[in-house]
Amino acid sequence: MSADSTLLYLDGVSVSFDGFRALNNLSLVMLPGEMRAIIGPNGAGKTTMMDVITGKTRPDRGTILFEGRTDLTRLREAAIANLGIGRKFQRPTVFEPHTVWDNLELALKAPRRPLKTLTYAINGTDRDRIEEILAITRLSALRDRQAGGLSHGQKQWLEIGMLLAQDPKLLLVDEPVAGMTDAETEQTAELLCSIAGRHSVIVVEHDMTFVRALGVKVTVLAEGSVLAEGSLDSVSANAQVIDTYLGR
Amino acid sequence: MRRALRWLMAVCVVVATSTAAFAADLRPIVQSLGSGGYSGTEKALEQLSEAGDPAAVPVIEALQAGDLQVRKSDNAVVIARKAGDAFALTDPLSGADLGQAAAADLTRIRINNSLRRAISATLGALTLMSPDAGVRRSAADAVFKSRDANALATLETAIAKEQDKGVRAAMEQARAAVLLTGAAAATMPDADVQAAVDTLAARGDRDALVLLNMVAASGASEATKKSAASAIATVEQKLALWGALQNLWYGLSLGSVLLLAAIGLAVTFGVMGVINMAHGEMVMIGAYTTFLVQEFFRAHAPGLFDLSILVALPAAFIVSGGVGIIIERSVIRWLYGRPLETLLATWGLSLALQQAVRSIFGPTNREVGAPSWMSGAFELGGLTITYGRLWIVVFAFAVFAALLAALKRTWFGLSIRAVTQNRPMANAMGIRTARVDALTFGLGSGIAGLAGVALSQIDNVSPNLGQGYILDSFMVVVFGGVGNLWGTLVGALTLGTMNKFLEPYAGAVLGKILVLVFIILFIQRRPRGLFALKGRAVEA
Amino acid sequence: MLLRFFLMGLDRKAGIVLAILAILAVAVPVMTLWVPADSPFHLSVFTVSLLGKYLCFALLALALDLVWGYCGILSLGHAAFFAIGGYAMGMYLMRQIGPRGVYGNPVLPDFMVFLNWKELPWYWLGFDQFWFAALMVLVVPGALAFAFGWFAFRSRVTGVYLSIITQALTFALLLAFFRNDMGFGGNNGLTDFKDILGHDIQADGTRVALFVATVAALAFSYMIASGVIASKLGKVLVALRDAESRVRFIGYDTESYKLFAWTLSACMAGVAGALYVPQVGIINPSEFAPASSIEAVIWVAVGGRGTLAGAILGAVLVNMGKSYFTGALPELWLFALGGLFVLVTLFLPKGLLGLWGQLAAKLPGRRKQPGLSEARNSDAQAAGQKGM
Ligand SMILES: Nc1ncnc2c1ncn2[C@@H]1O[C@H](COP(=O)(O)OP(=O)(O)O)[C@@H](O)[C@H]1O
Ligand SMILES: [Mg+2]
Repeated sequence: MSADSTLLYLDGVSVSFDGFRALNNLSLVMLPGEMRAIIGPNGAGKTTMMDVITGKTRPDRGTILFEGRTDLTRLREAAIANLGIGRKFQRPTVFEPHTVWDNLELALKAPRRPLKTLTYAINGTDRDRIEEILAITRLSALRDRQAGGLSHGQKQWLEIGMLLAQDPKLLLVDEPVAGMTDAETEQTAELLCSIAGRHSVIVVEHDMTFVRALGVKVTVLAEGSVLAEGSLDSVSANAQVIDTYLGR
Repeated sequence: MRRALRWLMAVCVVVATSTAAFAADLRPIVQSLGSGGYSGTEKALEQLSEAGDPAAVPVIEALQAGDLQVRKSDNAVVIARKAGDAFALTDPLSGADLGQAAAADLTRIRINNSLRRAISATLGALTLMSPDAGVRRSAADAVFKSRDANALATLETAIAKEQDKGVRAAMEQARAAVLLTGAAAATMPDADVQAAVDTLAARGDRDALVLLNMVAASGASEATKKSAASAIATVEQKLALWGALQNLWYGLSLGSVLLLAAIGLAVTFGVMGVINMAHGEMVMIGAYTTFLVQEFFRAHAPGLFDLSILVALPAAFIVSGGVGIIIERSVIRWLYGRPLETLLATWGLSLALQQAVRSIFGPTNREVGAPSWMSGAFELGGLTITYGRLWIVVFAFAVFAALLAALKRTWFGLSIRAVTQNRPMANAMGIRTARVDALTFGLGSGIAGLAGVALSQIDNVSPNLGQGYILDSFMVVVFGGVGNLWGTLVGALTLGTMNKFLEPYAGAVLGKILVLVFIILFIQRRPRGLFALKGRAVEA
Repeated sequence: MLLRFFLMGLDRKAGIVLAILAILAVAVPVMTLWVPADSPFHLSVFTVSLLGKYLCFALLALALDLVWGYCGILSLGHAAFFAIGGYAMGMYLMRQIGPRGVYGNPVLPDFMVFLNWKELPWYWLGFDQFWFAALMVLVVPGALAFAFGWFAFRSRVTGVYLSIITQALTFALLLAFFRNDMGFGGNNGLTDFKDILGHDIQADGTRVALFVATVAALAFSYMIASGVIASKLGKVLVALRDAESRVRFIGYDTESYKLFAWTLSACMAGVAGALYVPQVGIINPSEFAPASSIEAVIWVAVGGRGTLAGAILGAVLVNMGKSYFTGALPELWLFALGGLFVLVTLFLPKGLLGLWGQLAAKLPGRRKQPGLSEARNSDAQAAGQKGM
C-alpha cells in the first residue's frame, strides 16, 4: 500500500529498553476516518506504540508518517499534537487545579504560542464549542468544579472531552473504559462511534464487550508486533491469538 | 682513549696533592683566617678548600657558627665556646684544650653573606670525603647547588673512590654542573661537554633544567649549545610528564575527598531519592566527633594519640548515623515523594545544626591533630606524596568498596534495594519498610560522618565545614548519575582531576567556575548524568 | 488591550494588596517628611529604608513565586538575578561618584585605580547614563535567565536537578564576582555611593523617593504577575506545573512557556536588586551566596506558595523577624529560620495565606480559588523518589 493516501503509516518500527524489545518491527496503517481497536496481552507494546506515535519515545528503527508525508520521528510532542494527533492516557490526567471549563478551554483548538495565549480572550464560537462538548460529555453541571474533585469516570469523560476540544484528525485512546461502570462503558462506546468518521480513532482496550460494541476492525498486538488483523470474530478464531492472548 | 688518559692524570694529580697536604700544612692557613678582614678570611677559606683536607671541616664549621675567634694575646685562631661567664678555648685543628679566656680577650672572626656562601661551598667540597654516605650525598648536592670550581679536584677524588652508586651519580652530576658553568667550559673538548650535558639530562629535574638553560645561554660553542638545547627538550618533556602525574595525583586526591563527601549522599539521594541538604552537617558532625575523641585521648591517654583516628571512625559513624536516623524519623519520613519540600526542610535542619555546633563549640576552628602515621611525605620518582592524602585516597576507596559490598551482599542491602525499587511489594513481602528507610538514611549519614573524620585531617573543623561540601557532593552524584554508585565514583574522580588540571591554567577560582559551568552544561545535555538509568520507573 | 490585560488580574485579593501599597506610598512620605519628629506618628528615615528593603525582598519573593508557585520551577538561584540587577544599579551609582572618590579619578572607580587599571573595561561603558543602567537592570538578568532556561528547559532538566543547577549557577557567579579581575570590586563590591539622578543618596527626600519607587515597582510587578496568571498563559503554566507532559500532548510547547515565566521572573528579580542597592548603600558578592536564594524560597513558602500576595506577606514577615532576631537574639536567629523551614514544610504546605484560605473556604458562600493542587508535582516526584 502506498503511504500517500494513509493517515498514519507505521513501518518496521522497533523500540527497545535496555535490551528489551517493546516494539518489534511493528507495521500498521490507518486510513482517514477509520476507527481501529487494538487488543493484546499486558506488555504487548500497545502503550509504547502510542508513545512512539506521539513523540514521547523515539523509535530505534522504522518509519512513522502522518498523512503520508510528515515524519513523526523527528518532531517533538507539542508539534505532533499540533499536527492533529490527540491522545488520552491510560491513567486519566486532567489539570486538577483548574475547573472543568478551564480544562476544556486549554485543550480547545486555538493558537498555542505563549504570546497568543497571553492575549487570548474567549470569543463566542469558542464558548459555544465548549458548551457543546460539556453537553456531549455530560459535564455541563460541573463546569465550575475543580477537575481534581471529579470522580474517576468523570475524569475519563473530561479527558475525552479535551480530546474532542482539540479537534484532532487522529485520536489515540488508551483504555478509556478502565474503571467505568457498565453503563458508562456503553456510553463511551457510543460516543467514540459518533466521532468516528469525522476523526480517525485508535482505541486500545481489554474489555471485549466494549470492543465488540465498537464493531470495528481489530488489530492484535503481541510481543511488540502485529499478530492478527481483521474483524473481532475472525481474530478471536485465530489459533495463535487464542494461544497467546485469549486463552482457551 | 685520550679522554681516559686525561682522566687518569687528573686523578693522579689530585690524589698526590691531597695526600701531600696534611694537617701540618693547614695550620698557617687556619691562622690566616683571622687576619685581613673579610677578604683575608675569604682568601684563607679558598686555600682550605684547595687543600681539600677534611680535617679543616670542624674549623670551617666553627667559623660558620661564629665560634672561631682570635686570642688577642698571641693572635692565635682558636675555637671559643661560651662556658659560664668566660669562653672555653680549644685548638681548631687538634681539638686540644687551651684553657679559658674572657670575652674581652677575644675577637670574633666575622663573616658576611658572601663568606657564608663560600663557607657552605667549601664545607660541601670537604665533606665529600666523609665516611658517612648520607653526608657525602648531601655534600655532593651542596656542590651541585654552589657550583664551586674549587670543589672540582676534591670531587674528582671522591668520585674515584666512591662505591655507592647513588652517591656517585650525585657527585657526577655535581661535577657536570661545575664543569659546565665554570670558566673552563668554553675550552673543554666537545666530548666532555656532551658527557656532562648527558649527566645533567639524566638527572632531569628542575635544577638540571636551570643549569642546562645557563649552558645554552652562555658563550659556549655551538655544539655545546646544541646538545644543551636537545637535553633541555628531553628534560622539559620528562618534567612535564612528572608534572602531569603530580596533577593526576592531586586530582585523585581531590577526587577521593569528593568521593568521601558524596558517597553518603549517593545513598540518601541516589538510592532513597531524599534530598538531604543537611548532608554537609553530617560530615561536620563527624569531624567534631573526631575532635572530641582526640580531646579524650589527649586528656586520658596521650600515649595512644596515634590510635585516636581509629577510634573516631566508628564513633563518627555512630554519632552521624544516629543524628541521621533521628532526622529521618522526625522530619523526612513525612516528606517522602516531595523532594522539593524535603530539600527545604533539610536545609532548615542544616542551619539549625550549624548554629547548634556554633553555640556548643564556638565559631572558631577546632584543632584536630594528625597521628604520626598520617604526617610527613615521601618521594616517588618526581612525585611528592603526603601520607595524609595517601591515607585519604585509600580510605575513600575502602569506604566505597565496603558500601558496595554491603548493598550487594548483605540482607540489609537487599532490603534497601527491594524497598527502593518497589515499596508496596517489599512491604507485602514482610520487609519493614519504615525501618529500612530509617536505617538506610542512617547508613548514608554515618558514611558522611566517616567522611568527616577524614576531612578533619585536611580541612578546618568549623561549623561551616559541611557547607563547603554540600554543593560539590550534589554535583558529583548528579553528574555521575543518580542511583548509581559507580557513577558517583567516576563522577568524583573526573571532577577532581578536571579541577586540578584546570587549576594551573585558569587559577583555582576560575577553574572551579569552569567545572561548575561544565556540569551545568553537562546536566543539560544529559539530564540524568553520566550513567543514566533508563526505563519507565525513572520517567513515571 | 493592555488595560484589559491588567484588569483581568484584578480580583479581590489584588485589590487589597494594591490598596495597601497605595496607602504605604502616601502615608510613609507624609509620616517621614511632614510629621514632626517628636510625634508618635513620625517615621525615621532609617525605618523607611528598612521598609524599602523589605519591599525589595517582597518583589524578589513575588518573582520567585511566579516560577515556583505557578510553574513548579524551584529556583535556588534567584538571588543571582537580584544581585545582577543590583550590580547594574551599583555600576551606575559608582560612575556618579565621579572625581569625588578617594583617588579623585574622574572616570575610574576607586577600586580600579587601586588595582592600577588604566581605563574603564568595556562593560562599564554607558553606565554613567541612568537610562542605560535601568535598561541593563532588566536586560542582563533577563538575558542570563533566557540563556540558562533555554538550555535547561529544552533538555528537560526538571525538579530537583533544575534546583541544583540553579544553585550551581549562583555559586559560580559568587566565585566569579569575588575575583578582582572581573572588574566589579571583588570582595568589597560596590559602595560609597553619592548621588542618584543628581540627588544626594543620603538625603531624606531621596530615601523617601526610593521607597515610593519601590512601592510602585512592587505594585506594577504585582499587576503584571496577576495579569499573566489570570490569562490563558497563566492557566497553561499552572497546568504544566502539575502535569507537564500532558500539556505537551495537547500541543503546547511547554519549554517556551517556562522560558517566558522564567525570564519575566528574572527581570523582576533584577529590578528588586536595583532598588535594593541604593537603599542599603552597597552591593557585594555575598548577595550571590546560595543561602540567600534558599532564604528567599522560605519567604514564599511561609506566605503561601502559589499566591502572589502570600509571597509578599512572607517576605515582609520573615525579614521583620530576621531584623528582630539578629538585633535582639542573634544566637537564636538560625534556629528560628531553620525551624521555620521545617515547620512550614511539615505543617503549613500552603503557607499562611493557604491556611487563611482553608479557614475562609469553610465559611459558606465563597468560591474556591484555584490554588495549589493536592496532587504533588509529578515531575519533581519522578526526579526524587524514582531516581533509582
Ligand atoms: N520507558 C520504558 N522503560 C522500560 N521499559 C518500558 C518502557 N516503556 C515500556 N516498557 C516495557 O515495554 C513493554 C510494553 O509495555 P506497554 O507498551 O506499556 O504494554 P501494554 O500497554 O501493551 O500493556 C512492557 O514490558 C514495559 O515494561
Ligand atoms: Mg498499556
